[in-house]
Amino acid sequence: MNDLIIALIKVVFIWVWVLLIAVVMTWVERRGAAMIQDRPGPNRAGPFGLLQPLADGIKLFTKEDIIPAKAKKLLFILGPILFSLPAFSAYAVVPFGDKIVLGGKEIILQVADVNIGFLYIVALGSMAVYGIVVGGWASNNKYSILGGLRATAQLISYEVPWGLALLAIVLVYGTFSLREIALAQQGTFLGILPNWGVFKQPLGFILFIVAAYAEANRVPFDLPEAESEIVSGYHTEYGSMRLGVYLFGEYVNLCTLSALIVTFFFGAWHLPYINMASFLGPISYGIASFLVFFLKVSFFLWLFVWVRWTVPRFRYDQVMGLGWKALIPLGLLNLFLTALAIQLTA
Amino acid sequence: MINHDDYVKINIGPSHPAMHGTLRVVAYTDGETVVSADPEIGYLHRGVEKLGEHLSYHQFIPITDRLNYCSAICNNVSYEMAVEKLLGVSAPEKAQLVRVIMMELARIADHQVCVGILGVDLGAFTPFFYLIIQREEIYEIFEHYNGARLTNTFGRIGGVEADLPKDFEQRWKKLKEGIARANEETDKLLTHNRIWMDRTIGVTTFSAEDALAWGFTGPCLRACGVKRDLRKDEPYSVYDRFDFEVPVGKYGDVFDRYMVRMREMEESVKIIDQAFKLYKDMPADAPLMAKVPKTIKPPAGEVYSAIESPNGELGFFIKSDGSDKPYRIKIRPPCYMVYQAFPEMVKGEMIADLIACLSSLNVIAGELDR
Repeated sequence: MNDLIIALIKVVFIWVWVLLIAVVMTWVERRGAAMIQDRPGPNRAGPFGLLQPLADGIKLFTKEDIIPAKAKKLLFILGPILFSLPAFSAYAVVPFGDKIVLGGKEIILQVADVNIGFLYIVALGSMAVYGIVVGGWASNNKYSILGGLRATAQLISYEVPWGLALLAIVLVYGTFSLREIALAQQGTFLGILPNWGVFKQPLGFILFIVAAYAEANRVPFDLPEAESEIVSGYHTEYGSMRLGVYLFGEYVNLCTLSALIVTFFFGAWHLPYINMASFLGPISYGIASFLVFFLKVSFFLWLFVWVRWTVPRFRYDQVMGLGWKALIPLGLLNLFLTALAIQLTA
Repeated sequence: MINHDDYVKINIGPSHPAMHGTLRVVAYTDGETVVSADPEIGYLHRGVEKLGEHLSYHQFIPITDRLNYCSAICNNVSYEMAVEKLLGVSAPEKAQLVRVIMMELARIADHQVCVGILGVDLGAFTPFFYLIIQREEIYEIFEHYNGARLTNTFGRIGGVEADLPKDFEQRWKKLKEGIARANEETDKLLTHNRIWMDRTIGVTTFSAEDALAWGFTGPCLRACGVKRDLRKDEPYSVYDRFDFEVPVGKYGDVFDRYMVRMREMEESVKIIDQAFKLYKDMPADAPLMAKVPKTIKPPAGEVYSAIESPNGELGFFIKSDGSDKPYRIKIRPPCYMVYQAFPEMVKGEMIADLIACLSSLNVIAGELDR
């Protein structure tokens, strides 16, 4: 019974937490863009415009909900849901800290420590494309269909290097569980380097982060919604809160992807050269590990914003070329080299 | 002839985020590839040329603002010079210098918008803001000159209305640094950016022969490698006194058009510097207006006068029957000729290239449809 309540609390906590990050991210995105572009940005609603997401939310909720006359109604409604659900669900196996001891009971800071968490992540990552393609198809709009088509090709192509980069990580740490991968990144190797994925898999990290940007449909891979080419791509016909769910799902997705980057490549909650558990109490250690993890995630969330406002967009054939001609061969090479290194050092 | 039933018809515009003004392109696509693209023009047609026949010569100046609204001053001056040629007068030297300074400022503003929007259309949003902040400074100078920012209605037939504002020197010094900084930042963000190069180099290339055959002028022609600039080749006003380069490209692709515009901004800064130096040496009470009668009644006859506007050769043909209104006004807008070649340029390219090509041609609907 106790376990069930704890699990429930964890689920609610992470749900609220991810939602909160997504809300704050819409603010960070706009203020960050403004900072990069020498302009003030939203600064009217509340201090520093912090209430802007709330105002946007109210606006989206109170707008008229229009379903185009010739749209496929059921699929049209289903699209945003299919898009945002996998993003939320994927977070279930991602840790957000080490553990916390409350009343003599050890609580792992992770909703579910699944021993095949890796497969779960990859599976849910592929699900998000349905939300886009269904939304694009159901809208009965040529721009939307083009956006949906672009998204399908792009997401499927980049799933491969994404998975290959992760496979190499699995080889290095010898486990499918995200928590065990995170735990294994404690300490150092070769005497000086932290035991982090980024140092053990530098090429894998580059592949993973490039593929992550493509998975998140962010600049330079924002072709599915390329505003200047196909209006808004798959969500051209969406308005009101349905559009809101799409936009929101994108930020939840960013949050999940950043957490994955940190878990696989940046030592999860570990600080380099410092073992927090050795000098912190059980409760403060739990909180500290959560904060460290969150700080790292924030950096990668900011990186998403930073890149978005810095580089131009690829063209469709260039995205495909980069995926199939560069990332996938490199991913295979990386996998081969990793396997060879492990075989030789074993 | 292609069978249109085999392809997807996509209407781009007249109301579309990538369309600059009310342009419309009917594209037939095979997946992402453009099979044919037919521009539909006329959504901003206001009968400007016909209006001219019912207005006196002075009254037509504000109408010319609405041609290429990104650089209204060049349109104004081009028209005024045509009428002056018809009258057989020429503006005093000081007025010419003021005109040159203002026209070059307008050229910089026009190029800033064009380059910025090209960036936005290719997904690079940030350089647009760096450039547009400096354009704001240019508009401040315009506003200080005669109160208008976008549609300036600058100058008079036979001269200009006022001296440069007193704080021009100070503002220009600040603006010059700002333009240099904005261009440098744009350069850093775009020119050597691998994605930018992939998106622009070799996209919609156009040969010099084709460009000449289609009647290209301005940056689009120079990008193809033809060194033609009316300011150098057929100097009007006082342009023969300034030392400046005419930047040319080689392949006539989007990248060359972008680079030509970037370089032209630097040359315009040089021209303004030289012109302002000459202007400062002029006596304070030097005349700003030539002797022009209050009611302009040019002798019967016709005239064609053209200047190098930011987009290319902007010409005014005016036929007079001796009355106080023109008998006929015909405007030669540079983008009309450039836009004709658009279907040729984008055939077989991708949808994203179509947008990039259109931005780099800088087709302005007001000038195109008149």
